Amino acid sequence: KSSVQTIGEEQIQNPYTELLVLKGHQDIVRFLVQIDDCRFASAGDDGIIFLWNAQTGEKLFELHGHTHKITAIAPFSSSDASEEKKHLILTASADRTVIVWDCTSGRQVQKVSCFHSTVKCLTVLQRLDVWLSGGGDLCVWNRKLDLLCKTSHLTDAGISALVELPKNCVAAAVGRELIIFRLVASNEGSEGWNVLEVKRLVDHQDNILSLVSVNDLTFVTGSHVGELIVWDALDWTKQASECNFWDSSVHPDVQPEIKLSESPNETSVQHLTSDEECVFAAVGKGIYVYNLQMKRVIACQRTAHDSSVLHIERLPNRQLISCSEDGSVRIWELREKQQLPAEPVPTGFFNMWGFGRANKQANQAAKKMQENTPVYFLELVGDLIGHSSAVQMFLYFGELGLATCSADHLIILWKDGERESRLRSLTLFQKLAQNGDLQLKF
Amino acid sequence: MISAPDVVAFTREEELEDELYSEPPLPEEYSVPLFPFASHGANPWAKVASSKFTRDFILISEFSEQVGPQPLLTIPDDAKVSGTFDLNYFSLRIMSVDYQASFVGHPPGSAYPKLNFVEDSKVVLGDSKEGAFAYVHHLTLYDLEARGFVRPFCMAYISADEHKIMQQFQELSAEFSKASECLKTGNRKAFANELEKKLKDLDYTRTVLHNETEIQKKANDKGYYTTQAIEKANELASVEKSIIEHQDLLKQIRSYPYRKLKRSDFHPYEPERALDQDNTGCDQDLTTSDLAEPGETQLYAHVPSYTPKLIKAKSAKCFDKKLKTLEELCDIYFFTQTLDQLHQIERTFRGDVCYLLTDQISRALLKQQNVTNFLFEDVSFLHEKPPEKQYRGCQGLSQDAVHRKCSEESPAPKVVISLGSYKSSVECVPIKMEQEIEDSQEPKMTESITFEHQENLDYLDADIKGSISSGESIEVLGTEKSASGLTKSESQASLPVSPSPQPGRSKVGSRRTVSEDSIEVLSTCPSESLIPEDFKASYPSAINEEPYVDDEEGGLHFTPKLNPDNADEQEDISKQENLVQVDSACCIGKESPNFLEPLPDLGQKPCDEDGVVRIPPQPYRQVEPGLRGSFGSFPSHDGISGGLLPYELDSRYLTGSREVSKSSLDECSDSTSYISSAASTCSDRTPSPAHLACQASERHKKKAGQNALRFIRQYPFAHPAIYSLLSGRTLIVLGEEEAIVKKLVTALSIFVPNCGIYAKPVKHWVTSPLHVVDFQKWKLIGLQRMVSPAGVNVLHALSRYSRYVSILDADSKTLRCPLYKGSLVSRLADHRTQIKRGSTYYMHVQSILTQLCSKAFLFTFCHHLHLPISEREPEESVVNRRMNFLKLQLGLANEDIKIVQYLAELLKLQYIQEPSQGVNPLLRFDYVPSFLYKI
Repeated sequence: KSSVQTIGEEQIQNPYTELLVLKGHQDIVRFLVQIDDCRFASAGDDGIIFLWNAQTGEKLFELHGHTHKITAIAPFSSSDASEEKKHLILTASADRTVIVWDCTSGRQVQKVSCFHSTVKCLTVLQRLDVWLSGGGDLCVWNRKLDLLCKTSHLTDAGISALVELPKNCVAAAVGRELIIFRLVASNEGSEGWNVLEVKRLVDHQDNILSLVSVNDLTFVTGSHVGELIVWDALDWTKQASECNFWDSSVHPDVQPEIKLSESPNETSVQHLTSDEECVFAAVGKGIYVYNLQMKRVIACQRTAHDSSVLHIERLPNRQLISCSEDGSVRIWELREKQQLPAEPVPTGFFNMWGFGRANKQANQAAKKMQENTPVYFLELVGDLIGHSSAVQMFLYFGELGLATCSADHLIILWKDGERESRLRSLTLFQKLAQNGDLQLKF
Repeated sequence: MISAPDVVAFTREEELEDELYSEPPLPEEYSVPLFPFASHGANPWAKVASSKFTRDFILISEFSEQVGPQPLLTIPDDAKVSGTFDLNYFSLRIMSVDYQASFVGHPPGSAYPKLNFVEDSKVVLGDSKEGAFAYVHHLTLYDLEARGFVRPFCMAYISADEHKIMQQFQELSAEFSKASECLKTGNRKAFANELEKKLKDLDYTRTVLHNETEIQKKANDKGYYTTQAIEKANELASVEKSIIEHQDLLKQIRSYPYRKLKRSDFHPYEPERALDQDNTGCDQDLTTSDLAEPGETQLYAHVPSYTPKLIKAKSAKCFDKKLKTLEELCDIYFFTQTLDQLHQIERTFRGDVCYLLTDQISRALLKQQNVTNFLFEDVSFLHEKPPEKQYRGCQGLSQDAVHRKCSEESPAPKVVISLGSYKSSVECVPIKMEQEIEDSQEPKMTESITFEHQENLDYLDADIKGSISSGESIEVLGTEKSASGLTKSESQASLPVSPSPQPGRSKVGSRRTVSEDSIEVLSTCPSESLIPEDFKASYPSAINEEPYVDDEEGGLHFTPKLNPDNADEQEDISKQENLVQVDSACCIGKESPNFLEPLPDLGQKPCDEDGVVRIPPQPYRQVEPGLRGSFGSFPSHDGISGGLLPYELDSRYLTGSREVSKSSLDECSDSTSYISSAASTCSDRTPSPAHLACQASERHKKKAGQNALRFIRQYPFAHPAIYSLLSGRTLIVLGEEEAIVKKLVTALSIFVPNCGIYAKPVKHWVTSPLHVVDFQKWKLIGLQRMVSPAGVNVLHALSRYSRYVSILDADSKTLRCPLYKGSLVSRLADHRTQIKRGSTYYMHVQSILTQLCSKAFLFTFCHHLHLPISEREPEESVVNRRMNFLKLQLGLANEDIKIVQYLAELLKLQYIQEPSQGVNPLLRFDYVPSFLYKI
């Protein structure tokens, strides 16, 4: 019905005018993880982990150790007071092992291979200096890779997502259930922890696909059938839910028939990201901006891409980047409509209210705004076309650029051409001075 | 390519001109009077002289021990080439001036026959009767059945153009040395094989004889030996001796590299396609000469199994046996290599000398532009390494490299080296003295400088004497003994230290005058580069009497030249010029009798009577060391010398009077003498690329130029298409027919800047869908349009990546690409251009692109255009300054700026790229709208 918005070839605001193709992987690249300011790691179905320099695109290390595809990757930086910062990464693979790598030397530090099932997610709890692995069960490990405790076998499907919550709690998405675990210091050992299941939340109708922590008070989950639930992070109660992004109440022009015909894939919440005010959801082909205070979708781009959006990220400059199975990456900007009829509601306004009291106000505000047209809209600022297959993920490196990884086995570094040109000039003159070519030879 | 399009008068298209380009004839009244000889089918460059062959060729002849000098083969192998030219006669001539000391046999004091590893000799011969001039390269090959185990051969490059031979002497010598080295390597291999077979034969014979003797011994119980038995015993003894001799020979031939490697002037031949790596690897490794021997031995070790046969006591009569052919003398692989090399030489040096020189000059100048030259120059050209690296120790190939080498050396060793070269240059001349020299070679040359000099010069005299007696109408124009690579300037620099050459020179001169023979040895420099400058300057005059310059004076006159840095040498030069021109006038004496009398006023100005300036381009030599910085900080007088004749840049010219004498020679002699310099043009005026690597691309250039010309005339949207290429946007030529697409790609490829010193980013034909990686790699792609489902994918990918590419549809004649409003491309590709020839247009494009390169260079390397002057300066003002520079200083408009910016990016990338790291090709692009152009 509504075709994908296109921007054309003239993209004044698109800063990425240079690209660097990083080749190395032999299969789908699924994960990118930042190590420090200028390094990142990539991993995918070929079981190899590459470390790259984000500035030069230089391949730093090629880490071999896994025999199957990588299923999870997490940076594990230690900031031991005494030593200099040590950059480690954890990788989990379908070969039922987890390997710790040293990013400085490119060596394998340690390997754990006592898992009964594939580890599907890894989370590091920096505060407690432990890390968790989630698969068929949940295991808690310390830095030395000692297994501190583990839960009993949960399901065959296992934990698909983990998120850290306040008060030593973690939320694990297991199928359609959301299980809250709490880490309790064990009585005997000084360093031991026990993991207890605290609560099971079964509000979702379908598998939970995405799980994101907004702030200390809130976390959000999204499911395969397009339900988005906002939870209180402290007492794990449902604060709000949105389960019909495609609903005619929000988008009156959508016909019910069309809704039915839509496959669940097109409504599944693939990925969630958030800032303080809003949750950004990649739902099917579209992107939705859900305002936590107003408890409603304030802006959306129903068909942001030609096919499913796989990853979205919020940039500091009010921009939003999304990547999709169609192989494109798009840059969006959340803009306020200029012709706002009512007095603009300052964003700080709602923050002054507590949650309980804000409800009424918010309703009023929502009503008021429903009278007007949506206040915000997502404007397409630019798109990056380079991959020939689904773009799995991307990593924003600030001014260094943007790294995207894809099913076409490639990683592309997108860079600001102007900046790169300037840097090259700088290097050039440095090298000239170094070679002594700057001296006049008359 | 720096050469101006004007030069192209000397070039000719090989392919047929299109009907399109033939213009209606001019009305009668406008037509220029034709060249007087035009009616005879001649052209202004035609040779008037009486050479009997139509084009340059290479002749290989042998001094057969059975039939005397005989021609073996010519390259090109075509009877037409030599025409009525008497090869037999000429073979006799060239074989008669062999200075090689091919001395093999039992030297006194050695028990066994000794192989001598003789250096090749290099001579320039002129036969004025035949109108033939030749560079002659003598070499000896080993043959077990030959007398003294050696067979003298020579390879000669024969041309009607004396100047070509003289001016290209260094190059010819270098190239022929390679060929000779290759041939000799193969010969050594074959010789070793032959020896091994012979040894096996002998061994077998010995066993048989031994057995027979034993049987006889047993049968004989009388206590005394029968004559038969004694005969057998003698036979056995002689076989034993023969075995020892052959073993010794084998050892000698195998030890060849080991012995040679110790010597600085040895240059091993490296086959282009390395036959076996370990061998060449060892050859290259000069320092570990110990390793070289097993390597070489290994080369000889691959002997096919051989069944020995009995050798009869008496060998066949000398004249009964059939001597091996050249092909049999040499390992087949090396033989074909040699022939290839000779064909290359022929291809390189045929054509006009003017073209050769211009090409060499522009090439040498381009080499210096090492920051920008990769952009539009031939990739093959950039891959050429200084020959020094390829053929270590090979002399005179690269003045540049040698110069650098010598400038690195401290003055003291310089002297030593030049003396060494001096000596080695002479070393193989005297036949009897060789042993001595070999001995004196071993210690470093630090001993008695003057003595050695004297000695050498004596040799020189002997040398010349020898040549005098060798024939009648042959002029030996110059010889070169292969020697260590030293430039003239080097030997010059060393000369002040050694005071002796003056007397030596005069001695040579006086000797020469004795000859009343008609043979003229115009130069017998051991190596052009080795000859001390004063010697060289005076050799022409040495032919005749020197009535006006006595030895002392000569020494005085020539001394200032020896100092290259002399600031006030200008006056000296004018004096010298005077003097030298007189000399050269004298040297022509034989040809033009009116110059027999010294005419000191002639040739002051570079004009002849007609007022026509006649200065053929001079061979480019190394510029002064100061110019070699990567920025080539130009001397103040470069304005004058900016043209094709870098006299000022030419240190050789500055210091050496030889060039002057040569040009004045042209000036003074009547017009025929100069016209003859273009002699070979008449036969074959195809521009001959001066370097081997370029050979293939020369044809391509022409074709590309022709196609490009056609393209800009046919397509009104040629400008935006070329702009796309110049600004680094990949241009895709889409079409169904491969031939058409490839033609277009070839045409457009001349506009594609290289991204590095690797292959040109052009892909002629692709059938699979394109990826983003392809746009990184290729800047010009020919793409197949298919109707099949696969074709849909191709087109889909194309539309997907449309922002990175411009698409030229060859079938529907449309172009989809960004707008171009600049002015640069219109100069590059004017559809109303008067240029008709492909190669001319190619040169035109190259000259404009070179301009563009220099703009990009300026832009890239202006510090303040890219970086703030002070730390507080905001980025915007730098950007403003940059744009102002591009617009005002460089005079660029609109999209032209992007071209220069792109080229500047390439320059930066090339400069900052670490050699160790592989290049990370990056793709730069703009988000600009495209437009569809139609015819």
